[in-house]
Amino acid sequence: MSRRRKITGGVLVGASAFSAIAIIAIIVVILVVVIIGSKDKITWEFLTAFPENGMTEGGIFPAIYGTALMVIIMSVAAVPFGTITAIYLTEYASEKSVIAQTIRFAVRTLATVPAIIFGLFGLGFFIKFIGGEMDSIFLGGELRWAQPNILWASLTMSLLTLPVVIISVEEAIRTVPRELREASLALGATKWQTIKKIVIPGSISGIMTGMILAVSRGAGEVAPILFTGAAYYLATLPTSLSDQFMNLGYHIYIMSTQSADVDGTMSIQYATTLVLLMLTFLLNFIAVIIRARIRRRVKA
Amino acid sequence: MKDTKIVTEALSLYYGEKMALNSVSVEIPENQVTAFIGPSGCGKSTFLRTLNRMNDLIPNVKTSGKVLIDGLDIYDKKVDVVNLRKKIGMVFQKSNPFAKSIFENVAYGPKINGINNKKDLEEIVVTSLQRAAIWNEVKDRLNHSALGLSGGQQQRLCIARTLAVNPEIILMDEPASALDPISTAKIEELIFELKKNFTIVIVTHNMQQAARVSDLTAFFYLGELIEFGKTKKIFTTPDKKQTEDYITGRFG
Repeated sequence: MSRRRKITGGVLVGASAFSAIAIIAIIVVILVVVIIGSKDKITWEFLTAFPENGMTEGGIFPAIYGTALMVIIMSVAAVPFGTITAIYLTEYASEKSVIAQTIRFAVRTLATVPAIIFGLFGLGFFIKFIGGEMDSIFLGGELRWAQPNILWASLTMSLLTLPVVIISVEEAIRTVPRELREASLALGATKWQTIKKIVIPGSISGIMTGMILAVSRGAGEVAPILFTGAAYYLATLPTSLSDQFMNLGYHIYIMSTQSADVDGTMSIQYATTLVLLMLTFLLNFIAVIIRARIRRRVKA
Repeated sequence: MKDTKIVTEALSLYYGEKMALNSVSVEIPENQVTAFIGPSGCGKSTFLRTLNRMNDLIPNVKTSGKVLIDGLDIYDKKVDVVNLRKKIGMVFQKSNPFAKSIFENVAYGPKINGINNKKDLEEIVVTSLQRAAIWNEVKDRLNHSALGLSGGQQQRLCIARTLAVNPEIILMDEPASALDPISTAKIEELIFELKKNFTIVIVTHNMQQAARVSDLTAFFYLGELIEFGKTKKIFTTPDKKQTEDYITGRFG
């Protein structure tokens, strides 16, 4: 009996150690392969120049710029909207109310919807419906908003990242001690004054974490922007919300499937991948640090 | 005898199905210190929180009976709770300064009341800190975080913050229970000073403290007011056996 137990125990230890090592190995392999593949391609010029010669040479600046611009517009939409939702859920809705439970269920469900579905939703809702209506009302039917652009792509992406924002802001708001709210109310502050002056400043790092997680998620996703605004190649940077844009993730996809010379541009593909990876790692790393600081504050 | 400031009439309170206060009727005089004593869970803190309607924040609380302050029923539908709380300050068991500077903590209440003039604010902050007997300890670091103060200093800062709103009544929920003897003594001295200008209601389970600081004492047990009277009488010749058992340490 005890021998059997020993064997079972040993197998379990071995299996869990193997899984843990496998996960580390996967990350290391990805990084090593990508770094070797990019062959010193990452230079200042690569980061700041336009693609040249049918995207077989040159840099990836428009893709970096487009990605950055998209996540900024996305954050401007998702962070306030998500924060307000989180405030409603934690401060106004009672825990058991049907509305609050419905919203919570919707947020959890939204988090599990496949990214490509968001893309299709963006195409149908933002481009065909909203854009179409805008064109027919304001431009007399002239085609301007009823086509893919950076605004619709960013808004579509903001829907995808909304659950992340709501959940992290909610978590942060809950760490603001009840004693502080009571102190504020006991001084004759209204509920809204208390939220504005005590609750939101007290959860600002959570709001920041939510934003960074949303940005790192949004920077890496491609499916939601496939039909809503990402372009294969553009000779100029987007200057208006109704312009299309280039994007790092999408750039990797087309360079490895549809470019003029897939095999010859391997190092560009690897280098672009490395840039995207570093960008998302960096953002996640910052979010982790901010989170750790909140936890420490809560314990103190 | 001083004028009556607070009257409760048959005040009962339920948390869901559980009764926390059972028909409490009491008259609290102006400019005196009234202490509520009793074992943990006897309802004394709950009672205190009915006086500024802090229990409104807790779901499923049901209150019946009346609380009259200056003759007005504060549970009347027409009463503005926000204005009510400006009149009734509260100091909590655990000191709870905001994560702001010492100055901003005290200026919080006046700012909420629309005072934005820098000179006026400064004056209020300085006098409030002086009245709370903490001015000398913090005058050189008003812009430092309040969280850097010791526990006793934080509690006096919280009192200063309450005074800055210029309330008529100050409710204190075991204000010294987390403090060392020296800090406790300072708070008690302060309470003695403050009663000249404020009506003070204090909850404590430290009987010596009640005996030292209060003019009147009420003894609570299992949500009921057992006895209420002059502190001296309660602690020397109480009428009820339960009160005597409690103050002589036979239970609780």
